[in-house]
Amino acid sequence: MRDTTRTRWVPLLVGIVVVAVLAMLPLLNLSIPGILPGPTYTPGSLALMSLCMVFAALALSYNLLLGSAGMLSFGHALYFGAGAYGLGILLKAVELPLVPGVFAALLGGVVIAVITGAVAMRVNGIPFAMVTLAFAQAGSVLVRRNQAVTGGEEGLGLNTAGVPDWLVGVVNTRNLYWVSLAVVVIIYLAVLWVDRSRLGHLAAAARENDLRVRVLGLHPNRAKLIVFVIAGLCASLAGIAYLLLQSGTQPSAVGADLTITVLVMVVLGGVGFRWGAILGGVLYTILDQRLTVLARAEGIQQLPDVLRVPLSEPLFILGVLFILVVMFLPGGIAGTVDSRLRRRRGGTADAGLEAMDEQDVLEPVSR
Amino acid sequence: MSTLVLTLVIGLGLGALYFLVASGLSLIYGLMHVLNFAHGAFLTLSAFVGWAVAQAIGVSSWGGFLLSILIGALVGAAFAAVTELLLIRPLYERHIEQVLVTVGLSFAAIALFEGIWGTDPVTIAGPAWLSRTTPVLGASIPNKYWVLIIAAAVVLAALVLFLKRTRYGMIIRAGVENRAMVTALGIDVRRSFTLVFAIGGSAAGIGGVLAMHAMTYVSAHLGSTLRIFAFIVTVVGGLGSLTGAAIASVLVAVLQQVANTYLGGTGDFIVVILLAVVLLVRPQGLMGRRA
Repeated sequence: MRDTTRTRWVPLLVGIVVVAVLAMLPLLNLSIPGILPGPTYTPGSLALMSLCMVFAALALSYNLLLGSAGMLSFGHALYFGAGAYGLGILLKAVELPLVPGVFAALLGGVVIAVITGAVAMRVNGIPFAMVTLAFAQAGSVLVRRNQAVTGGEEGLGLNTAGVPDWLVGVVNTRNLYWVSLAVVVIIYLAVLWVDRSRLGHLAAAARENDLRVRVLGLHPNRAKLIVFVIAGLCASLAGIAYLLLQSGTQPSAVGADLTITVLVMVVLGGVGFRWGAILGGVLYTILDQRLTVLARAEGIQQLPDVLRVPLSEPLFILGVLFILVVMFLPGGIAGTVDSRLRRRRGGTADAGLEAMDEQDVLEPVSR
Repeated sequence: MSTLVLTLVIGLGLGALYFLVASGLSLIYGLMHVLNFAHGAFLTLSAFVGWAVAQAIGVSSWGGFLLSILIGALVGAAFAAVTELLLIRPLYERHIEQVLVTVGLSFAAIALFEGIWGTDPVTIAGPAWLSRTTPVLGASIPNKYWVLIIAAAVVLAALVLFLKRTRYGMIIRAGVENRAMVTALGIDVRRSFTLVFAIGGSAAGIGGVLAMHAMTYVSAHLGSTLRIFAFIVTVVGGLGSLTGAAIASVLVAVLQQVANTYLGGTGDFIVVILLAVVLLVRPQGLMGRRA
């Protein structure tokens, strides 16, 4: 009895402690050489940590889609971009204040997610991935073409008129950091709630065996669409935080490349693990930034071309790392740690992706 | 009238390009259920190597032009075969991981291409005839579109002959129809997987070199743009159907060009609308089998 109460309270306490420590970082003078550009209270480090938070939030929302509901979407950046561009346009063209603007942008993200999700869900599995990719591409084209509204290739700057002063400027980076942290916490709680709800169980059951769920008289597609829309809503919120943090947004926030980046984050961290998604988002963002710095290091620049060219391309190194993780560490970081722990306790390990593959193999038979 | 003819022929030429990329994607998916994100990388590498070959032999000579296409096809086939052997083969029957590996490869390859050839597009001027025009029904059609159309027709004919007349082609067709049955008959379908990848890679390679000559430049992102339209084409045509891919590539490209000319440059958007309509009315695609 004591054991069950302990397992229930320990994660909650750990969570509160972690969030509290993260919230105090801007007030402390900690240096982590090699990872952060300076002590934790400096704007540069805070900006990097906030970016980590935004991508961790986006990765969490993508994990809800891929890990919980088993939907491999290549269009997730569309909702992130809808949040960023939606708020950006509302602040600039309509001159709404921040709070109504945020709600309107979230609503816009939901509407787009409902429409695109309902159409894309006409197909399953790999075709679903292709269709979502096409939708994200259409979004990207719309953003690039309509220069008058979105700023085109130049990107859209944040109109600070409607934004409260405490969220504007380099001096207030730590406020933005706290906003980003709050966004991660909100999305974490939302994702946790979905995972624990009947809806989440239904989506997870459909991921494992769609046919069985339908034979039981349940409607997995409706549940999956709701999960898809919630994931889109969370991504829009992350996009809003991104707009505020970067004080602007570029077309790359909508493109297919961003979705692939998020996919890389989630798979590196471990599909199906919430803390894995957060870890993946943070790790990827830091690696991307640090590898860019490393590429300019003298030691690398003096190497012969055969070594210098690959090593000075951060995305090349990340891509290779990603391939290695997929091939040799299928559970990602979190999955590997989790299966080690379980094996020590005598349980069996089950990585998220492998369960989905079994479903994928069953598919032709069930149709 | 002349504008319409021009639009239609350009659409057909663009469709030929889409077909070269989509045919391999569709065959690979049909046989192996692998969505190959790295297809764009095959295409881009072939285009860059083709560029280097054409530069070495002389860009304005026909010899350089033809040799660049040949080398491009070989490079595409080799890259694809190596990808299949090293990355796809160890992950058999794990379809999601296979997609992820090709995503990673495409990610890494684009970064590497940028590192080697730079982020700016590399320009090329092919044989002078390519940049001239031929009058047809009052419209001046740029000659490069004829080359694209002829190349795609040749590749289509070669693929159909290969699939209908050879033993390996028959195994591939049977494998697309029902892989379990072919395996049950004692034929190792997996041996033809590498072959399908190589064929798809060489078609994409030809497409890449021709796209480079048609656009007169090549950049590390050439493949990513074409890949998205190739995905749309394969879904609209029906996954695994070569005929479907051929019909859909012409349909998609002509629609795109017509919309670009007459509806104020909305071509890319109209194509996605077409995709949505096809999915709503006929989710398995025009020539797809399973409902």
